[in-house]
Amino acid sequence: MASVELINVSKSYGNVQVLRDINLSLEQGEFVVFVGPSGCGKSTLLRMIAGLEDITGGELRIDGAPMNDVMPARRGIAMVFQSYALYPHMTVYENMSFGLEQAKLSTPEIEARVQAAAKMLQIEELLGRKPRQLSGGQRQRVAIGRAITRDPRVFLFDEPLSNLDAALRVDTRLEIAALGQRLPDTTMIYVTHDQVEAMTLADRIVVLNGGNVEQVGTPMELYSEPASQFVAGFIGSPRMNFLSGAVAEAHGAVTYGIRPEHIALSSDAGDWAGKVTLTERLGSDTFVHAEVEGIGAVNVRIEGRADVSAGQAVFLTPDAASVHLFDAAGRPVAGRPDA
Amino acid sequence: MAETAKKSRLSRSRTRSAWLFLAPMLVTLAVVAAWPLGRTIWFSFTDASLDLMSDARWVGFRNYLEYVEWGDGEGQYYGLLADARWWRSVWNTILFAVVSVSFETLFGLVIALVLNQQFRGRGLVRAAVLIPWAIPTIVSAKMWAWMLHDQFGIINDMLQGLGLISQPIAWTASPDTAMVAVLMVDIWKTTPFMALLILAGLQMVPQDIYEAAKLDGVPAWRVFRKITLPLIMPAVLVAVVFRTLDALRVFDIVYVLTPNTDATRTMSVYARENLFDYDQFAYGSAASTLLFLVIALITITFIMATRMDLEGKRS
Ligand SMILES: Nc1ncnc2c1ncn2[C@@H]1O[C@H](COP(=O)(O)OP(=O)(O)OP(=O)(O)O)[C@@H](O)[C@H]1O
Ligand SMILES: [Mg+2]
Repeated sequence: MASVELINVSKSYGNVQVLRDINLSLEQGEFVVFVGPSGCGKSTLLRMIAGLEDITGGELRIDGAPMNDVMPARRGIAMVFQSYALYPHMTVYENMSFGLEQAKLSTPEIEARVQAAAKMLQIEELLGRKPRQLSGGQRQRVAIGRAITRDPRVFLFDEPLSNLDAALRVDTRLEIAALGQRLPDTTMIYVTHDQVEAMTLADRIVVLNGGNVEQVGTPMELYSEPASQFVAGFIGSPRMNFLSGAVAEAHGAVTYGIRPEHIALSSDAGDWAGKVTLTERLGSDTFVHAEVEGIGAVNVRIEGRADVSAGQAVFLTPDAASVHLFDAAGRPVAGRPDA
Repeated sequence: MAETAKKSRLSRSRTRSAWLFLAPMLVTLAVVAAWPLGRTIWFSFTDASLDLMSDARWVGFRNYLEYVEWGDGEGQYYGLLADARWWRSVWNTILFAVVSVSFETLFGLVIALVLNQQFRGRGLVRAAVLIPWAIPTIVSAKMWAWMLHDQFGIINDMLQGLGLISQPIAWTASPDTAMVAVLMVDIWKTTPFMALLILAGLQMVPQDIYEAAKLDGVPAWRVFRKITLPLIMPAVLVAVVFRTLDALRVFDIVYVLTPNTDATRTMSVYARENLFDYDQFAYGSAASTLLFLVIALITITFIMATRMDLEGKRS
C-alpha cells in the first residue's frame, strides 16, 4: 500500500489554477524530493498534503485513508517550515512539548520523546533557551526536533535549508539524509528549488513545472533520461548545453542537448572548432566557455585543471552516446544519433 | 594609533550631530514642559494668587499640610493632604482610570482580534471603528450629554421604549450614575484607540507559528491563550500605560459632561477649580504637583512591575 497517494489532485485560487491533475504514489519510507523553479507550486502541493491548504480537486490518501477533509493534526504528518516557525516565547523544550501536550500524552512520555529527539539532533544543552538565543542552524535543528517528537508517518520539509549559509547547508543536508536513514519507516517529502539538494537527498525526484508534474524518477534516471528539455536543463550542474540550428537539424531535432561533462576538449583535433571565451577554475573542475563556429556558445566541464586560456583555439568533441535530442515542444526525439 | 584617532574623531562627530538633531526637541521640551512644571512646583510652595503672581512668597509646605494650633492645646490639620474633597478626587480619578482602562483593553482586544481576520470590507470597518476616536472630546462629550439628557435624551427614550426603566434617569446629574455616564462615554471614545494599538501588535505576530499550531492540533482558545496573548502582551502593556497616563489626568469629559459634582470630580478638575475658580492659585498648584507625582509614581510602578521592555532589548 502506498504511503502517500495523490489522485488527480489540483489546486486553484479563484480562477487561477496553480496545480493541475497531479498523480503521485509514494512508498512508505521513501525520500521524495519535489523540485522545480520558483512559483511552480511545490510549496502549495506540500501544504495540501499537510492540510494547510484546501484541496480543490482530486483526492489525497495517506496509508490508504482519504485525507482531503482530515484535520492537519490527525494526518500523521509533521512539517519543518522554511522559516522554522518556532514559538518565539517558548523555550526549545516547550517548543517541542507543546504539540505533545495537545496530543494528551503523559508527562513522562513527553519528557522521553523530547529528550530522545534532542539527543538525536544534539541539542540537549539548548533545551532551556528561547529561539532568539539560537543560531539559524540550531533553530533548524529545533524545528526538525519538534517534527520528530510527533513521530509522524510522513515528514514534510519546505525548503528547510534556504535560510542557512553555504557551509551549514551542506552539513545540514547530510544530517537530513542521515535522519532519513535513521527513520526507515517514515516517508519523507522534501521541497527545494535546488537541484543539488534534490539529487543528493532523493530516492525519487518529482520535477514540477508550471503546476504540472514534468517527470518522476530516481536522480540518475532524470540525469540520463530526462523526459523533457525542461528536466534536462533543470537537472545537472552546470546546465546542459542546448544547441539549435544545423547541428540539431542534422539529427532531425530542433534542439541538440549535451552536458558540459560529456564534451572532450583538445587543442589539436575534434568535431567542432572554436575559441575559448572564458574559463572558470574551481580547483576540482574547470568550466571552459567556448564559442564554436556555426553552433554558438558551448560550456565544457574538464576534471581538474585545464590548460587553456581565453582567446585560445580549441576543438570540442561531444560524446555521441550522451546527446539528448528534443523537438519543438521540448519532448525527446526518439532514437540516439549514433544508434 | 592613527586608526583609533580617526575612529574616535568619527564617533565624536557622530555624537555631535546626534546632539544637534536632538537639540530642537530638548529646547522645545524645556520650554513647554520643564519650565511650566518647575513653575507649578515653585508656586505650590508660595502664597501666590492669580493677581499676585509676582509677589508670591515662600511658605514651605503650608499648601500641602499644616497643623494650626487653636491655643487651647487643640488644633487642626489644614492643607491639601487634609482635604476630604481632594482625597475624593484622587479616589474618583483612580476609579475612573482603573475601570475605563480595563474595559477599553478588553473591548479593544476583542475588536482587534476581529479586525485582524480576513473578511470583505475589512478596510472600511477598520476606518469606521476609528470614528469615535477621531471626534474631538468636547464634541463627543456634548453629544453624549444630549443623548443622556434626563428629559430629551434618546437613551432614556430607548430604555423606556424597551420597558427597561419606568422613570427617566438623570444620568449625568444624579450622583449614583454620573461616574457610570463618564465611564461609558470614555470607553466608547477610547476603545478604538486601544483596538488600533493592539491590532498593530497582532500584526507583528508571525503567521507561520499559527500554521505550526494547526499541525500540532492546538484548539483556537489555547492558541489565543498560549501563543497570541503572550506575543501581543508587550504591545498591550504599552497601550495600557498610554491610556492610564491619559486617564489619570482626565479633564475634558468630566468638565463637559458632569461639571461640579463630587461624584466625578477628578484631580485635574479639582486643580483647575482651585487655580482659576476659587482664586487659590498656590493651592491649585499644590494639587497639580501632587497629580504629577501620583501619575509619575503609578507609571514607574507599573513599568517596574511588568518589567516592560521600553528599550526594545528583549525583542
Ligand atoms: N494565496 C494565493 N492566492 C493566489 N495565488 C497563490 C496563492 N498562493 C500561491 N499562489 C500562486 O501559486 C503558485 C505556486 O506557489 P508556491 O508557493 O507553491 O510556489 P513554490 O513552487 O513553492 O515557489 P518557491 O520556490 O518560490 O517557494 C505561484 O504562482 C503563486 O503565485
Ligand atoms: Mg515555496
